[in-house]
Amino acid sequence: MSSPKRLLVRDDAPESGLLSRDDSMQLIEKANKFSKADTVETQLTSSHTGNTRFAANQASTSGSVTNVQFAVQSSYGPKHAVVVTNDLSDESIQRAVAQSELLAKLAPDDPEAMPPLGPQTYVPVSAYFESTAKLTPADRAKAAATALNPARAAGDLQAAGFIVTSENTTALGNNKGLFAYHRNTSANYQLTVRTGDGTGSGWAAADHPDWNQLDFKAVSERAIEKAKLSRTPVAIEPGRYTVILEPQAVGDLVQLVGNYSDARSADEGRSPFMKTGGGTKVGDKIVDERVTLLADPQDTQLLSQPFDGDGLPLTRQVMIENGVLKQLFYSRFWAKKQGKTATGQPQSIKLVGTESSVDDLIKSTPRGVLVTRLWYLREVDPRTILYTGLTRDGTFLVEDGKVTKAIRNFRFNDSPLFMLNNLDMIGRAVRLAGTEQGGDIVMPAIKVHDFNFTSLSEAV
Amino acid sequence: MTDRRDFLKKSAQMAAALAAANALTATEGTATAFASYAPPKSPPAAGMDPVTKDLLMEGLNAAKSGGATYADVRVGRQRQNFVFTREHQIQNVVDTDSIGCGVRVLVDGTWGFAATRIMTKPAVAAAAKEAVAVAKANRMTRGNPIELVPTPVIHDATWQSAFTTDPWSVSVEDKADLLLKANAEAMKAANVKYIFSGLFFVKEERAFASSEGSMTNQVLVRSWPLMQITAVAPDFSDFQNRGNVVPPMGRGWEYVQECDLVGNAGKWGEEASQKLKAKPVEVGRYDLVLHPSHLWLTIHESIGHPTELDRALGYEANYAGTSFVAPPEKMLGKLKYGPEFMNIQGDRSQVGALSTMGYDDEGVKPDDFLIIKDGILNDYQTTREQAAWLSWWYKQEKRETRSHGCSYAQGWDNVQFQRMPNVSLLPGEKEQSFEDIVAATDKGIAIIGDGSFSIDQQRYNAQFGGQTFWEIKGGKLGGMLKDVAYQMRTPDFWNSMDMIGGKKSYQLGGSFFDGKGQPGQINAVSHGAVPARFRQINVINTGRKA
Repeated sequence: MSSPKRLLVRDDAPESGLLSRDDSMQLIEKANKFSKADTVETQLTSSHTGNTRFAANQASTSGSVTNVQFAVQSSYGPKHAVVVTNDLSDESIQRAVAQSELLAKLAPDDPEAMPPLGPQTYVPVSAYFESTAKLTPADRAKAAATALNPARAAGDLQAAGFIVTSENTTALGNNKGLFAYHRNTSANYQLTVRTGDGTGSGWAAADHPDWNQLDFKAVSERAIEKAKLSRTPVAIEPGRYTVILEPQAVGDLVQLVGNYSDARSADEGRSPFMKTGGGTKVGDKIVDERVTLLADPQDTQLLSQPFDGDGLPLTRQVMIENGVLKQLFYSRFWAKKQGKTATGQPQSIKLVGTESSVDDLIKSTPRGVLVTRLWYLREVDPRTILYTGLTRDGTFLVEDGKVTKAIRNFRFNDSPLFMLNNLDMIGRAVRLAGTEQGGDIVMPAIKVHDFNFTSLSEAV
Repeated sequence: MTDRRDFLKKSAQMAAALAAANALTATEGTATAFASYAPPKSPPAAGMDPVTKDLLMEGLNAAKSGGATYADVRVGRQRQNFVFTREHQIQNVVDTDSIGCGVRVLVDGTWGFAATRIMTKPAVAAAAKEAVAVAKANRMTRGNPIELVPTPVIHDATWQSAFTTDPWSVSVEDKADLLLKANAEAMKAANVKYIFSGLFFVKEERAFASSEGSMTNQVLVRSWPLMQITAVAPDFSDFQNRGNVVPPMGRGWEYVQECDLVGNAGKWGEEASQKLKAKPVEVGRYDLVLHPSHLWLTIHESIGHPTELDRALGYEANYAGTSFVAPPEKMLGKLKYGPEFMNIQGDRSQVGALSTMGYDDEGVKPDDFLIIKDGILNDYQTTREQAAWLSWWYKQEKRETRSHGCSYAQGWDNVQFQRMPNVSLLPGEKEQSFEDIVAATDKGIAIIGDGSFSIDQQRYNAQFGGQTFWEIKGGKLGGMLKDVAYQMRTPDFWNSMDMIGGKKSYQLGGSFFDGKGQPGQINAVSHGAVPARFRQINVINTGRKA
């Protein structure tokens, strides 16, 4: 190692690794004290994570990790630079501050640099649960047994799953009075069960900050049932189908809309929300009038961080209301330039649901395809949010209001915007456990027509 | 270690852009041809310092006294440096540093792992004890006990990757200046309005010791120059991107200079501009001539991933997926992956490649091995745990049962597991170039650079875009096309390959962001490729109106 000194210095963070509000405030104050720059801003995170992994009906790798991240940005007017370390000793903090000052002085001017935020007011979110924080590896192993025992007993099922729990803290502060702190726990279970003959595969999952809210047995049973039902799928022709997307599949596609919601890109003419000839689609009806898409840290299903990476407070933000694009998101710089208010960058996303169950959606369908989840979504055309990807782990034909057979997986080429225009029905919104991007996501099942399946996949 | 850094908002955008781009690729003309690249002489790596050695020993002792039958301890330091710009201005400068210790143990045939950032003997011993506790807790879910194939003990070895100029020795002014000059060149092209560019450097120090007596100390540097150029139609009816301009490499600042971003940016800007006027492709079947800057990613997805042995046996079923190249007993020596002239090598030895290392993360010195030999499946990527699963095959082939040295952890805080080595399409015997293959093609499409990519969880059905697409007519490159993507079924695709380039046309492409595992880990990997032709591939048009 090239910093042997580091190895001899013991920093004064608590042994557990998790930083309290006071710990965080004191450490940020140290950076403020060491700073000689116009502005010093710090983001400090800490985490303790435990995971249990199993596959082929047995434990594979599992572990426990404690880490922190201390990121300090120094600014001299329009010049700034960031230095990040995971060493919280006084010496290391002083070195990080000095190094960020050195780099900032050498950096060219950033004409978009914004003055630091002063003190802000946040509505706290209670997302920290002792039930999750106190977990042991044995608790996780016991939860894994809800899948392993029935899979082994069945003889022709193979279970592969992942249980991960964590405690996390995030703090932001600067030398102009800003201080924000949030802590949360998270518990996540994902399970894939495959049939021994390799022709069937089922998936189910659950996620919540509170370990006690996870019904491991129910998840395990659902994945096993899907695996059995999906055995020996038949091929049907690709094409445009009425499709019932379970919440997980909806999440993977609808979450993408958030990635394109930046006002600046639309103003610059490189966004699906720009208008030919100039201007944006804010105020236009862009999808079916039953669609409302929002972010809200306080929502009991979301429980997300109540501030963004700049320290701007986050409350309820509605992006699409009754099908109309209500707002795009303004960074502090772009808001200032355009004479708008900075919105803060949402940290969660929810598509508002109804009381209908997935079964209700199936019952109302004369002929369609039921999709459990999607896989490997990649942008094909940023102009329309056109994505490609595949169905996975439980794709079924629905006929006369009933699931009649397992069918082969499809590749699709479609856009969440097209899909939400072709809406037939919306189901109940649930918290999701495994979208490709992750995060605090709540989505309902939906039924849409003319969903575009472009080819078949032999993959199970 | 690169994710979840919200504070660095600009770098977060950067990370998103990187994730979306997945990897940047070579274009012809950059100095990345493997064949013409003379290995630089690296300074020797420093031996291990006594403090680190003490920590490694403390971890091993604590693990053994806790009941571990095998243990390995890794002390790692990873530094990253980013400089990001847009158009005429800097966006951010970021320097990161992460150091810590990870302990992996085998207790009663079950794995356990724990990691700490506190670099003291008591903290490392506590991590070792925690790893033992994790293994013991998991004993109840164990199936067959885990066993490791033997590997020679490596005594106190050092290794350093091929770099001549450490990127940390170059000033931030020089880095920013290079990017801003390149941006200015690209912006000379008509309708080019936006540029995103960046330099991304990684430096890792990896110290390893195992309870079997192996000890290694390695230093490696990786460099990735990035550019994305956006042309916007004057009436806002369209926009087009040209990105993924040069590949990341396991080299230093000298590589960035060889890429000549300033000299090439004008051409890339023109290409972005030209894409606005390109002809939409007509759907149908075409002969495709794929440049190495494109083909590396198709190799990665459709050969690299399905020949990971853990994936083939269901160990990644819950996330990355399984493989169509399974079960091994029905595939090895039998599966005709492609034509007879198709040879695919796995290695961690190509100079400047991203996965190249002296020793893997369980102390194995990797070997070069043929995954596909004369078109037939010949081997899988393995670790010490996995190699034993194929001993029947190695015996039959009169080969040694050994790990190919594919164990890798993203950092000190991740458990090591099987990750992709460099997986490359070896050159054909006939010395022919991309241009020669185009000249031999009557009607088709040539694709340069990697774009959109998606493949199913068993690696059968894939869809790939690209950066620039060119009509081939009568052996000549014609006009530019747009909205091109091809869909393929892996074995059909590779068996349709009928021409490949020779040694001089071999180039490395690669990615910093090969993802696998739960919790997710990234792996940096290169893929060497020659240009190749594929017959009658299904091409779709991806253009649509909002």
